[in-house]
Amino acid sequence: MSTWNKKDLVGLDALTAEEITHLLDTAMAFKGVGERNLKKVPALRGKTLVNFFVEPSTRTRTSFEIAAMRLSADVVNITATASSLQKGETLKDTALNLQALRADIIVLRHSSPGSSNFLSERLNSSIINAGDGAHEHPTQGLLDIFTIREKFGRIEGLNVAIIGDILFSRVARSNIFGLLKLGANVTLVGPSTLVPKRFEKLGVKVRHHIDDILESADVVNLLRIQHERQRKEYFPGLGEYISLFGLTKLRAARLSPSCLIMHPGPINRGVEIDSDVADSSQSVILDQVTNGIAVRMAVLYSCAGGAGIPA
Amino acid sequence: MKNPLNPDLSLAGSCIVMDAVAINKAIRRIAHEIVEQHPSAANVVLAGIPTRGTEIARRLADHIEQIEGRRPYLGSVDVSMHRDDLATRSRITTLQETNLPMDLDGRPLVLVDDVFFTGRTCRAALDAITSFGRPSTIRLAVLIDRGHRELPIRADYVGKNLPTSLNEKIRVRLEPLDGIPDSVSIVTAP
Repeated sequence: MSTWNKKDLVGLDALTAEEITHLLDTAMAFKGVGERNLKKVPALRGKTLVNFFVEPSTRTRTSFEIAAMRLSADVVNITATASSLQKGETLKDTALNLQALRADIIVLRHSSPGSSNFLSERLNSSIINAGDGAHEHPTQGLLDIFTIREKFGRIEGLNVAIIGDILFSRVARSNIFGLLKLGANVTLVGPSTLVPKRFEKLGVKVRHHIDDILESADVVNLLRIQHERQRKEYFPGLGEYISLFGLTKLRAARLSPSCLIMHPGPINRGVEIDSDVADSSQSVILDQVTNGIAVRMAVLYSCAGGAGIPA
Repeated sequence: MKNPLNPDLSLAGSCIVMDAVAINKAIRRIAHEIVEQHPSAANVVLAGIPTRGTEIARRLADHIEQIEGRRPYLGSVDVSMHRDDLATRSRITTLQETNLPMDLDGRPLVLVDDVFFTGRTCRAALDAITSFGRPSTIRLAVLIDRGHRELPIRADYVGKNLPTSLNEKIRVRLEPLDGIPDSVSIVTAP
């Protein structure tokens, strides 16, 4: 039986394989809570969780909110427009104010890479990274890995292809770190502007043609094309992208029948994934959403108990 | 000097109070008591508290099946997420899965654990069970009752009463989990 003794979750890069396995196993137990009549346990009763989202997000914030409520914590949501960051206060000062308001856990989404790490070193509250720039999105990585492990019973030796805009993707980085630690073979697929060769230093393969990986993949994880982050020089244009990297019906037919199709959402139907493929029986996109709650419960529970959050 | 039955303990600080034969007899007696008090013992839900409570519950189910010819429902309850001391712990052990029947309402339930001490684990288990349903009765079976209750809770079936002092620890070792022969020993803190 493994143990956990950290107060924060900043990224999967900083965790050992044993710590990742602890979170996945604990999430299994919490998944059971979501299937009971009474979907609530008292573990975080009396604790306050602040969802501090400086970048827009609906599903991650809602998922954390549901997870916290199932653990009986009180939840406060702060969004960028409502926050005093707009009035010129620094991130650290805002966070210190949250701590002074006795926030036990702060779930942070911020556009700057390293912002979660910065706060975790300066605050006594638990800091959970819900996405920091293009750095990491550890709970998304964990829920992807949890979903794969649930379907295959293991991670070791599986061929996982991550397709799309890797350069700007924190989801891809958390997946890469976590999957490699647990022994998967990871291949990144996309145009050379968005999937540079230098990613191979992390221990993954890089391919620039989706057709190279279709037959051998156990999992294809399609990332959303982040229109809001694209610049002309990086992105080839929608039509070209679809014809080169889109998971069309024709391409999906070449996947092994046991291959899982994943997507962190929100999906762009007809862009990175064909509408029919997204709804096919191989698609586990909605399982990912359900599993996200269990994984986040495991993270909140472990971090709240791992280092004794201040009373 | 190593204790052959309990290699993780030195012989000096520990004393074996039950061996495999005594443990088996105690569990068999508890099985008979459960059958005696439940008119339809096969309807009983045995809920073990991980990890050793689940193993004892499994053995109870074996005995009840031998006595009654039918096997009771065997489940488990991980109480960690219902405990009230999360913030005062400094490390978290991985949660075990909870497995109870969906139709718990109206069925008699016997909660099973290895060592009965402060009563706080049992309180957390009662809380966990109520989130699944409303059993007709909940009773408590323990292999060892070591005293020092902090809550008004008592056991219905006890393998052995073992008066202890607070600086002693009870070590239960069960072969399928620990890889060494069954034993219960008292360990005195140096």
